[in-house]
Amino acid sequence: MKIRYLIILLFVFSLLSVFVGVSNVSPLDLFSLTETQKQVLLVSRVPRLISIIIAGMSMSIVGLIMQQLSRNRFVSPTTAGTLDSARLGILVSMMVFTTATPLQKMLVSFIFALLGTLLFMQILDRVKFKDAIFIPLIGLMLGNIISSISTFFAYQNDLIQNMSSWMQGDFSMIMSGNYELMLVSVPLLLIAYFYANKFTIAGMGEDFSRSLGLNYRQIVNIGLIISALVTASVVLSVGVIPFLGLIIPNIVAIYQGDHLKNTLVHTALLGAVFVLFCDVIGRLIIYPYEIPISLTVGVIGSGIFIYLLLRRKKYGL
Amino acid sequence: MVDLKNVFKSFGSRQIIEDVSLKIKKGTITSFIGPNGAGKSTLISMISRLIAKDDGDITIDGKDVFKTKNNELAKKISILKQSNTINLKLTVRELVSFGRFPYSQGKLKKEDWEKVDEAIAYLELEEIQDKFLDQLSGGQRQRAHIAMTVAQDTEYILLDEPLNNLDMRHASQIMKTLRRLVDEMGKTIVIVIHDINFASCYSDHIVALKDGKIVKQGRACDVIDRCVLKEIYDMDIDIREIDSQRICFYY
Repeated sequence: MKIRYLIILLFVFSLLSVFVGVSNVSPLDLFSLTETQKQVLLVSRVPRLISIIIAGMSMSIVGLIMQQLSRNRFVSPTTAGTLDSARLGILVSMMVFTTATPLQKMLVSFIFALLGTLLFMQILDRVKFKDAIFIPLIGLMLGNIISSISTFFAYQNDLIQNMSSWMQGDFSMIMSGNYELMLVSVPLLLIAYFYANKFTIAGMGEDFSRSLGLNYRQIVNIGLIISALVTASVVLSVGVIPFLGLIIPNIVAIYQGDHLKNTLVHTALLGAVFVLFCDVIGRLIIYPYEIPISLTVGVIGSGIFIYLLLRRKKYGL
Repeated sequence: MVDLKNVFKSFGSRQIIEDVSLKIKKGTITSFIGPNGAGKSTLISMISRLIAKDDGDITIDGKDVFKTKNNELAKKISILKQSNTINLKLTVRELVSFGRFPYSQGKLKKEDWEKVDEAIAYLELEEIQDKFLDQLSGGQRQRAHIAMTVAQDTEYILLDEPLNNLDMRHASQIMKTLRRLVDEMGKTIVIVIHDINFASCYSDHIVALKDGKIVKQGRACDVIDRCVLKEIYDMDIDIREIDSQRICFYY
């Protein structure tokens, strides 16, 4: 797949995303917008588009980085406890500071996401049985344990309903004013791009990295910090989007290999296109109502994931 | 010159390396031989600072390897551990280009790519340079890894069992390449090797280890000796001279 096809797809789906919805705004109206249409575009549609693109790009890239650093193709925020830890963090911030600002929530959530991921990496270091499927299963278990702790405390504090809004990724609530925190991801993704070579070398193991004079621990830590920050900001603004970090990098690896320099841009674009596609479908399928993004991505994504699992020998994954 | 003085290493209560002192001269191939668990790999990992020593001194050209900056050392010495563990989908050329990392920090300049091309040509990998590593045979993959260390352009190259899982043709091809690196480019190579006949035919010096101690070290023809081999392997090995090479019969 060429990069320009991905860009064209991104453009087409972006247009669709902006002009699909309950309030009628058609591309022809662009030059003669009524006041309401202008409002719809600026307050809801465009912020939604931006947040979809950022969420799609950043969650895919986080998955890619985590897969390289853990040297396992099936590790991602979903399968390493990162997402569940981020949610626990949001819950804790709501319990401890009753009037937490979004920024405070994000910081607490980031710390939890980082700790959860570090815990997973520690477990990964100690587990002797490094089967490709076994490792993400451990991560899922860890995630479920963390998630049950969250549920317990949420139940105790009457926050269950609040919690479930972080559980399900949903773009329908995105409006200008409540998604800007996601923009934190943009500089982080740029940093990731500059570290691409180093992440790839780190992905070849500690001995390999040291032999080339790379500070392995430092690079792994930078990668994990980026992953945790991005995850926290996305979970806080949109909620959990499952499978994204798992399938997008693996699809790109099939045709593009594993050198991050070659795969980062593809992964980012494909991630954005995929989420846009799922979002448009979610908005059309029971029109004028909509299905949350976590459901559409979950259904389509798990299908692709099973397909990848079954064909992994063929693709050399 | 690599200089080890009274080096010790233990894992838990097990003494892996006990009072090892040796010197490795420039422009030679030195082979570490010995039975499993003799400490060969540990020793080679310590020389390349991948494993910390407990006691003693390890210096390269007079500089302590554990006190030299990591990146500086990466321009002086490279180590290739058993290479079949990498499961990333990279092309040969991408892998070789990582050898330039100590010089370029990932941003390769024109000179770096020239070195990459040279290394690829030296190992005769031009035709397969754009193939993914997982599409290659074991011998090709090993050559790609060696090309990476050639691109890294270090004076000292350490290889941990470079002939593992290779058939005879590929194994002798690798050893010939190593010999060329020493003879034509003046590199200093240290290898851990199990096949004592390859050690005998291709190395200048051999260090025979057992239970973490040096049993004998010296010129290849001095170490490939009935008494020495009996001591390290507990086997009576018949040694014959064929075309002035010492060949061991241990079958």
